[in-house]
This record gives sequence, C-alpha cells and structure tokens, in this order.
Amino acid sequence: MTPAISVSGLIKDFGPTRALDGLDLTVRTGEVHGFLGPNGAGKSTTIRVLLGLLRADGGSARMLGGDPWRDAAALHRRLAYVPGDVSLWPNLTGGEVIDLLGRLRGGLDQKRRARLLERFELDPRKKGRAYSKGNRQKVALVAALASDVELLILDEPTSGLDPLVDAVFRECVEEERGRRTVLLSSHVLAEVEALCDRVSIIRGGRTVETGTLAELRHLTRTSVTAELAAPPTGLAELPGVHGLEVRGTRVAFEVDTGHLDAALGALVGAGVRALTSRPPTLEELFLRHYRDQPPVAATR
Amino acid sequence: MSALVGTGALIRLALRRDRVLLPVWVVCLAGVTVATGSAVGELYGTAESRALLATTAGGNPAFLALLGPLHDSTTAGGLLAWRWGVFGSLLTALAAMSLVTRHTRAEEETGRLELLGATAIGRRAPLAAAVSVSALACALIGAACALGLVGMGEGVAGSVAFGLGFAAVGLVFTAVGAVTAQLSATARTANALAGGALGAAYLLRAVGDAAGERGPSWLTWLSPIGWFEQLRPFAQERWWVLPLALGLALALVTGAWVLVARRDLGGGLLPTRPGAARAPRSLGSALGLAWRLQRGMLLGWALGMFVLGGVYGAVARGVEEMLTSNPLLAQLIARMGGSGALVDVYLASILGVVGLFSAVYAVQAALRPRSEEIALRAEPVLATPVRRTRWVAGHLLFATIGNAVVLAAAGLGAGLVHGLRVGDVGGQVARLVGAALVHAPAAWVVAGLALALFGLAPKLVPACWAVLVLLLVLGQLGPLLQLDRWAMDLSPFTHVPEVPGAEVSATPLVWLTVVAAALAAVGLLGFRRRDVG
Repeated sequence: MTPAISVSGLIKDFGPTRALDGLDLTVRTGEVHGFLGPNGAGKSTTIRVLLGLLRADGGSARMLGGDPWRDAAALHRRLAYVPGDVSLWPNLTGGEVIDLLGRLRGGLDQKRRARLLERFELDPRKKGRAYSKGNRQKVALVAALASDVELLILDEPTSGLDPLVDAVFRECVEEERGRRTVLLSSHVLAEVEALCDRVSIIRGGRTVETGTLAELRHLTRTSVTAELAAPPTGLAELPGVHGLEVRGTRVAFEVDTGHLDAALGALVGAGVRALTSRPPTLEELFLRHYRDQPPVAATR
Repeated sequence: MSALVGTGALIRLALRRDRVLLPVWVVCLAGVTVATGSAVGELYGTAESRALLATTAGGNPAFLALLGPLHDSTTAGGLLAWRWGVFGSLLTALAAMSLVTRHTRAEEETGRLELLGATAIGRRAPLAAAVSVSALACALIGAACALGLVGMGEGVAGSVAFGLGFAAVGLVFTAVGAVTAQLSATARTANALAGGALGAAYLLRAVGDAAGERGPSWLTWLSPIGWFEQLRPFAQERWWVLPLALGLALALVTGAWVLVARRDLGGGLLPTRPGAARAPRSLGSALGLAWRLQRGMLLGWALGMFVLGGVYGAVARGVEEMLTSNPLLAQLIARMGGSGALVDVYLASILGVVGLFSAVYAVQAALRPRSEEIALRAEPVLATPVRRTRWVAGHLLFATIGNAVVLAAAGLGAGLVHGLRVGDVGGQVARLVGAALVHAPAAWVVAGLALALFGLAPKLVPACWAVLVLLLVLGQLGPLLQLDRWAMDLSPFTHVPEVPGAEVSATPLVWLTVVAAALAAVGLLGFRRRDVG
C-alpha cells in the first residue's frame, strides 16, 4: 500500500533563512504518526507544504497519491486540518464555523458533530471572539473530527486544552485508529507516547529519527541505579556505558540498550543488593537529540 | 497614577512603529496645503477675478455644500481655507482616528496588548499613549501647515488659525477614535463607527452651509469640521471657536478614560449576544462566507452613500434658484447652455466625489482576503477543497458588484431628493443612478490595483491607501494645481465622462474595465503561485 504521506529531501527557504533542510517523512496509511520537534523545528512549515499553502523549494512531497501543490483542492476533499493557532471569525459562532468548514469539505456527519460538541463540552452559540484559546481549539477539532475524511492533519492540537479535554481528545484519536490516518504534530511527549504508532523527530528542518517507539527505544539507553555488595570492577571499560557515577557501593549509569546484558553481568559479579532500571522515555530520547547535537540549520 | 504606568514606553513603541507613517502624513498634508495655497493664489491673481469668485462661489449652494463658505477672497490664504479647508480637515481627522484605533483596539484584538498588559503597564496607559501620539501628529500637521503658509507670505494670524483649525479637527477625531475603540471589540468596527461620525460631521456642515439664511444653517455648528469654517482663518479669525473643539475632545477622551476601566481587556462595551448554533444554509461556500463577512460593510456604505447622495441632491435645486435671483448671471449661463446645464455640471461634480468615495469601498472589499490572510483565517479555508481563485473571487464580487450597488445607492439618494424637488422622481432617479454607475469602472481599476498588489507583493498592499489619497488630491486639486495632462490621465477617474450633461461614450468605460480586469487577473495568477501566510 502506498504511504499516505511521503516526503523526501524537502527544502523550504524564507528569504535567507532555511526552514526545511532536506526533511523526510513517511506516514503509512492507517497509522497515527507523531511528528515531534521543538519550537521552530519546521513542523508547521512541513504541514503547510503538505496543505499546498507553501510551495517547496526542493525535494518531493506526495500525499494521498497526489501532489500537494498541484492537486491541492482535490486532496483537501479527503483531509481535515486543525491549525496550531486557531483564529476564528469574530462575528461567526463556533457552530457556524464548524458547519462552514464541514460543508466546504463536502459535508459532515451530523450525529458525530452533536456527539463531539457534547464530549468536548463546547457551546456552539458563542461568537468567535468570545472563545478562549482552548475553546477555539475545540471548535477546530470538532470541525475536523466530525468530517468524513481519510486523513487528519493536526498541528499541536492540544495546546491550550485543559487535562480533561486533553483526555477526551486522546479518546477520540484512539477511536480513529485504523480507520483514518493521523499526522499529529506535537511537542508534548506524553501525548505522542500514548497515541502514536510511529514517530518522526525533526530538528532544524531535518528528520533526525524515525520509527516505532520500540525501534527508537532500541537506539537509546536504559538508566540503571544499583546498590552493590562491593565496589564494581570493569564497569567503566564496558562499551555502551555512559555517565557512570560510583559512590562507594552505589552506582548509577546509563547503558545503550544493546549492551544491557554485559553491564548487568558486571553488576551481578559485584553482588546486587538493590536494582532499579528505567526504560528510556521518549522524553530522554528527545532531550538527547536536542542536547547532544548542535542545530544543523537556522530555524524559523 | 498607577493606571498610567508605562505610558512613556508605549509612546516610544508607537513612534517606533509609525516612524514612516507619521512623517508621511505630516509632510503630505502640509505639502498639499502649501501647494494648493500657492496654486489658488496664482489662479485668482487679480482683484477682479477674486471678487467674481466671491459672488459666484459665495452664493452658490452647490459650492457651499461641497467646500463650505468663502469668507474672504482677498488673500490666497482666504481662498485656500475655502478650497481645501473641508477636505484637509477630513484627511487630518482620518489620520487621527486611524492612528488611535491602530494603537488601541487593533493591538488588543491581535492579542499583542495582552503581552504588554501583563508587564508593568497601567490599565489606561495604552489609551493615554495612543491619544498622545495622535495628538502629537495633529499638532505636527497643524504646525507644518502654519509654518508653510507663513513661509508662503500669508498673514501670521491666519496661518496659525489655519494650522490650529486642522489640529483641532484632528484632536476631536482622536477623541472620537478613543471612544469607538472602547465600544466595539474589533478594530474594523471601531474604525467604521468613527468613520460614520466623520461622515456625519461632513454632512451636517454640508447641509448647514448650503441651507442659506432661512434654512437650518445652525447645523454647521454641530460639526467639528464646521468649526474649522467658523474659525475663519484669514477672515477676522474667531479664536473663541477653538475652545469648542478642545472642550469636545476633552469630554470624549474623559469618556474613553472612564470606559476603559469598565471593561475587560479584549472585550467591548457593545454587548455580544449568543448566536446561532447551526450555520444558515447560505453559509456553506466561499461565496457564502464572503457574503457573511462583507454584507455589513456593504450595507453601511450603501446607507451612507444614499444619505450623501440625498444631501447633495437637495442642494441641486438651489443652484437653479440662485440663477433666477441673479438675472445677469442667468443670461450668461443661458448663453452657455442654460441653467439646466449648470445643474448638470454641479451634479456631475458631486458624482465625481461620490465615485472617489466608492473607490475607497472597492479597495476595502478587495483587500478583505489580505486581512483574512494576516489574521490566519485564510489557512483553514484554503485547507478545504476551496480553490484559491474561487476564494478571492468571492470577495472580488463585492469590490465590483458591491461597488456598483454603493454607487447606485448614492445616485438613488440624489435622484430621489432632487427629483422630489423638481417634480420628476422617475426621470431623475434613472438619470442619476445611471450617471453614478458610470464611475464604477474607474473604481474597479483601483480595486484591481489592490488585488494585483495582493497577488504579487502582499507586503506592499498598504500602498493602496496612499494611492487613494493621491487620487483624491488629483481629483479635487489637479485642475487647480494645473498639473500636466499626463499626470491627470494617471487617475482612472479622469477618463470617466462627466455625466449628467456630457456625452457618454463607451470607449473609455470599456478600456477602464479591461484594465481593471487585467490587473485583477494578474493578482489572481500571482496569488495562485505564491505562499499563503
């Protein structure tokens, strides 16, 4: 099956600044794909290129089997988009905006619209300017989730939502899994960890990591702290062990997941009294990428 | 006072943001004032020509309605106050109120003020800063005009009164802008309300000035623009008029001062009611959205232009009456084509002004896509199957057909009132609606230019407003300044037949329409190819 989105070597310049610098992204049909990166990494720029709002300066992008720039109108019939910064018309009510966007996309499911309004506890009778940021976000979410489309493009959809609504959002995405393809841009790691089948991490307009969470964890380190019977020997010389701290019989270190076996062997040799090990969180993965590597390109 | 903390910093911020806009306003207004002053002085170089002008212009209700009374024709300054006073006041007022809105409500609407408001900025500081900057602009405009006139060799007292007069009108509309910015929650509405007040001020004095001895000439006293006339620069200045303007400005600013503390940041005082939970059937396409966004402005403009047409139309009969009371003049006119022809010349000239105003509407309507784009509201619409060209076309419909509606409303107002007074409603309505509509292709050209900029160089879009001011100056002062033919020909309005009265030939209208269509097409093509956002 062709992927829903396939982007390779994408380049986009804004004057002298390069926002995208050879970005790659593949989103398989039916998956929930996390699109991670710090502010200014180029997430929104990539999404705008995919929506045909910006024209790429290089590389290739395909979406739903078409060209995002040339076939924009036809492709837009099959997707719904929630912008990161939702701006509503001050004199249109939330309900009117939901209906308008739905109709422009070719109709929306009335039952689902009603159910979503209820679940998100959104009053559709308020005028655009009377909504808070979170409520504006809800309007865009309801409009997107209630339409009958195969691809959802969500740009930091939960910014401004309170934890209760955030939970509702996660439920909704969970229900969509397998039925629609979702591209979820975010810098909220817990959200991506909870929702996404696969993740792409970008930085400075380039993809630095992509794969399933399991695959990414494989690349990273496990944190180990242990209370030993005797000071450890040979631990420091083992390949894959980082940040070793030894205080008497207490040790703390990180170990590449591939070398876990040898490191544990060294601990057992010294006699283990207590052991805690933590699998790497996405957070650590993320931090490592942004702490260890200098930015590769100017960011927007 | 803690409510004013940070005013100084905000003033500096505003001056930094307007470092181009402010000098442009000051230099342009003072420049046009001085240029017009010397041109009008040269044009009426002899005492005889000035005396003749005094008898014709002074008693002619049409001139009175358009320009106000000519108090003293013996000096160039006196002629300038008559020829340019009302329009110069209008432009100063426009500059002042748009400055205030720009630094108060527009900042609040975009949320930038919230960013500032959370720092050590008092509740009233933004208002105080905006009013100060605008007052400074008015003072500079007044001072530059006064200095320029003194430099021309005009009397010091008259020059100072002239400058103070502009500054006073500017101050009043600074204060009007300060109040409307508190009332409504959007800058667009605040500007519309202040613009309505400005239009009312223009019309009140038009009616009052043209009313004659027995008519309601006191109406002029209700208008801040009328106060400029009553100040009588270069004609035994009546300085006591100035405190009227200062008093009103102070009262209005005090009102805004009280209001700003009574409302929430971002909120207005005009109530927002809950609306419909479902969209009406009409709101389901790009055109439906354009209609929803533009209908209020169209309705407001159509109403305003209908009233303006009516006021101008009411004066037309007076042109004839004046002629019958002055047999010598009537004979002269009869030889030139009869009094009917003179009324037609008057009607044609007011419809010229109407045509220019309609171009302001056309540009506003044509630039709506740009403001939608800036406000990030274009993105969600263009991420649906709506094509870019179709999205713009919806708004373009208002710049073209909407412009025709606005013009027709003015023609209808003029035709109804004039028709009632001469006993030929049907005939006059048909004639004047037709004559008004002739200006549509010229307004379309300006709208086309706006669209071309939108498509090719969106950052230059504000230049459209400079073009409109230029067209107003060309149209009002071009013949007076004795500009070269080619300069006059730059304005699309130069090519519009002067109807009623003149022959209407289709050629220039077709050409204007072709040029407008070409500009619009360039704009649409450019927008299809460029980045959005």
